[in-house]
Amino acid sequence: MNNLSDHPLVGLIEAACRAGADEAEAVMSRAQNLSVGVRQGILENVERAEPAYYGLRVWVGERSASLSSADLAAPGKCGALIERALAIARAAPKNPFGGLAPAPAATDDEAALQLFDPATPGANQLVERAQEAESAALAIAGISNSGGAMASLSTSERFHATSRGFAGHRRRSFFGLGVSVVAGLGAAKQTDFYGSSATWRRDVQDASEIGAEAGRRAAARLAPRRLISMRAPVIFERRIALDLLGPFISAISGPNVVRGSSFLRHRLGQAVFAPGIDVSDDPAVPRGLGSRAVDDEGVACTPRPLVEHGVLTSWLLNVASAAQLGLQPNGYAGRGGVGASGICVSNLRVAPGTEDLPALMAQAQSGLMVTGMFNPSLNPNTGEWSAGVHGIWFDAGEPAFPVSEITVAGSLPEFYARLIAGADVAKLGAAITPSLMVDAVAIGGL
Amino acid sequence: MNNANAPHTSLLEQRGVDPARAIAHLAAATCGADDGELFVERIACESFSFDDGRLRQASSDASEGFGLRVVADAAVGYAQAASINEAAIIRAADTAAQARAGYDGMAALSPRRTNQQIYADLDPNLHPAFAGKIALLEAIDAYARSRDPGVVQVSASLGSEYRVVEIWRADGQAVRDARPLVVLNITVTVARAGRRESGSAGAGGRAAFDAWVAPERWQAQVDEALRLAQVALTATPCPAGEMDVVVGPGWNGMLLHEAVGHGLEGDFNARGLSAFSGRIGDRVAAPGVTVFDDGAIPDRRGSLTIDDEGQPTGRTILIDNGILVGYLHDRLSARRMGVASTGNGRRESYACRPMPRMTNTAMLGGTTPQAEMIASVRQGLFCARLGGGQVDITSGKFVFDCVEAYRIEAGRIGAPVKGAILIGDGPSILTRVSMIGDDFAFDPGVGTCGKNGQSVPVGVGQPSLKIAGFTVGGTEI
Repeated sequence: MNNLSDHPLVGLIEAACRAGADEAEAVMSRAQNLSVGVRQGILENVERAEPAYYGLRVWVGERSASLSSADLAAPGKCGALIERALAIARAAPKNPFGGLAPAPAATDDEAALQLFDPATPGANQLVERAQEAESAALAIAGISNSGGAMASLSTSERFHATSRGFAGHRRRSFFGLGVSVVAGLGAAKQTDFYGSSATWRRDVQDASEIGAEAGRRAAARLAPRRLISMRAPVIFERRIALDLLGPFISAISGPNVVRGSSFLRHRLGQAVFAPGIDVSDDPAVPRGLGSRAVDDEGVACTPRPLVEHGVLTSWLLNVASAAQLGLQPNGYAGRGGVGASGICVSNLRVAPGTEDLPALMAQAQSGLMVTGMFNPSLNPNTGEWSAGVHGIWFDAGEPAFPVSEITVAGSLPEFYARLIAGADVAKLGAAITPSLMVDAVAIGGL
Repeated sequence: MNNANAPHTSLLEQRGVDPARAIAHLAAATCGADDGELFVERIACESFSFDDGRLRQASSDASEGFGLRVVADAAVGYAQAASINEAAIIRAADTAAQARAGYDGMAALSPRRTNQQIYADLDPNLHPAFAGKIALLEAIDAYARSRDPGVVQVSASLGSEYRVVEIWRADGQAVRDARPLVVLNITVTVARAGRRESGSAGAGGRAAFDAWVAPERWQAQVDEALRLAQVALTATPCPAGEMDVVVGPGWNGMLLHEAVGHGLEGDFNARGLSAFSGRIGDRVAAPGVTVFDDGAIPDRRGSLTIDDEGQPTGRTILIDNGILVGYLHDRLSARRMGVASTGNGRRESYACRPMPRMTNTAMLGGTTPQAEMIASVRQGLFCARLGGGQVDITSGKFVFDCVEAYRIEAGRIGAPVKGAILIGDGPSILTRVSMIGDDFAFDPGVGTCGKNGQSVPVGVGQPSLKIAGFTVGGTEI
């Protein structure tokens, strides 16, 4: 959609400016969500949702305030809300870095990205997919119970307009299918989950494969042992690899860099990772879950290397953090409405290394392969990090036995500097990453 | 309405919906089902956050909507909309009624009514006015920077919410609850000798801001955040392995919330998915350990006059003197397990169906002074303040990080340690409680619990505890 000049949002912005705002932006988003849950083959829930949001942000000089209300959509009711937003803004102290995008993208045309699948399966089709996934999971040896399978679809759209002439429209579809099952009985019970999601229905993994994978994962956790506290090589299986990289994304996010709460705040242009590591972000992947033409502030998005041969090459910036750093915003603003934005990556890519998982294990000889993680905790100032984990102990390069109730901890800057990427890349939601190995990680146990 | 004399016009009527017609649509949708209701909600909230020496955000948000639910045996149909009108209610009724296709049940009785009122019906957004909130945040920033020349960053935020809910049932019963909620959060970062650490403190509850914005209150909060940052600056690597751990009182009740609370939620147990399933009557804690959930404590963050199914809240004993005696139920899990709802059916908003959730979860106090616990430990860890935690319901394993912890050496508190993390097994950890403190306290009112994507405010409380053989994850092997 290219011509949005008669969209009601544009009228709302004009009304705000007539009432005294120097600048204004407005967002309207709405969605239609359908999800079904099946357990032991029987429909357990069917949910339909129609969320909607209308938000307005106004500026009086360098003072601003934001407001959201369903009444913003109602002609005749928005006047009082505009007045209220202006009143809050006038009471606010100046913020020289809190403005609109300086050079809004010409249009927000995402057609080339193919982010909308016109297929709209009904609840019955979703139920069938969920049943298929669950029964495949229950068919795996050792599976004793089901936590249920869930299938969902969502279509959403978002309009965004600013007083600088930006008018964007984004339309998305989303399909998801996942199942969790229990292996074992009584005090020996273990559970795991596996799921797949995509913007197009045909890109969702096959239901029976999803179910079988959930079943295998739960069964593989049965009869875990504990480990004594030690240092050992740790492989973060690719499903877990993003948990290790989430703190990296947070540490190169402009708002954290400018406020000093980043363990990488002085490291731009320096070797942060081992020389073999390349990380990039690609917002232009057709049908990609994280793809977008412009970010949530209307700044154009382009593919961008973040780490080249281990060297940190870019911050992730929104309008405010770019202004504070004296740089240009580069398309990473993420926010639900019109408030102050955070940072959001699109489709993260970690380049594969040369060794597949068996080769990594052979290289390390013995160590821990982490297959599940909970409560990862990060000190954003220092990069000290820890998590509770479970996984597989491997010995002589071969998987030996499952382990649980242990922790891993250490300094992420040190982990990153010693990181080895596996060759086993796979798509996980929006990201593509291989398994990642670090030597001599502190493991807490008995 | 809950209070027959209250001069409230219902949210339905305010949006031009005839309650009698809404009830008729609900009755048609729930005909032959076991349960169901129309949940209508209006939320007004304000958020002011100050960071990096500037007002980062000033926002005022209003939202409203309804959710209509039909329950048939174990199946739930739920449909919601962000606008309150009869056409949307008719569409929702059609969708939700799909859950009872081919089912013939009998409608459960509506919840009993209550006259309890455990917080005031007031809109906390109104006072202080926004200029006063901004001035307060500026004062907090200035005060924190004046306390220590090493302060390099201050974040402070004021959040307030006024939420009105109405629960309509097919038999015509309607109950209303108006829920105020405020919170003040402060984070201070201190740099010294090339090292940088942060500390946070927050407080709030279901009342007006008055108590929390008094200067002595927020100054004490800034001082606490600053103290935590200063302690962290001197922290040394944490030892790893099994050791005796003394856990301090108050907020550390999060330990109960994760280790046992979630595993006792009725939805997991009705499905046999919890590590506590089928264990009513078993010993799951040491003698002297009594754990309860209580939604009816005045003004607390986790409290509710009625839950989000209209059920009055109250105190539910979960572990009585070490024996597991009960689970936390909403109406669905209660019916499936043949017991009564405990008033724990909660939802994040009208957009979500209710689930069994905790309110304020706590352990009764004992008689041992904390100093005596520490003196009894040869080598171990004193965890003064936990951070966040998480649990795997099925295996029962839980994890916590510590934001303030110290070594205990020869019965004395030693050096502060950084990055300490505790991992344990929910059904057995409380059996190793060997001392229960005389210092019971509730948390200051900042807890938020996430489950299946829904966040709700919760409270916790506990006395100091000495726990034998807790696994500490650290970096010093």
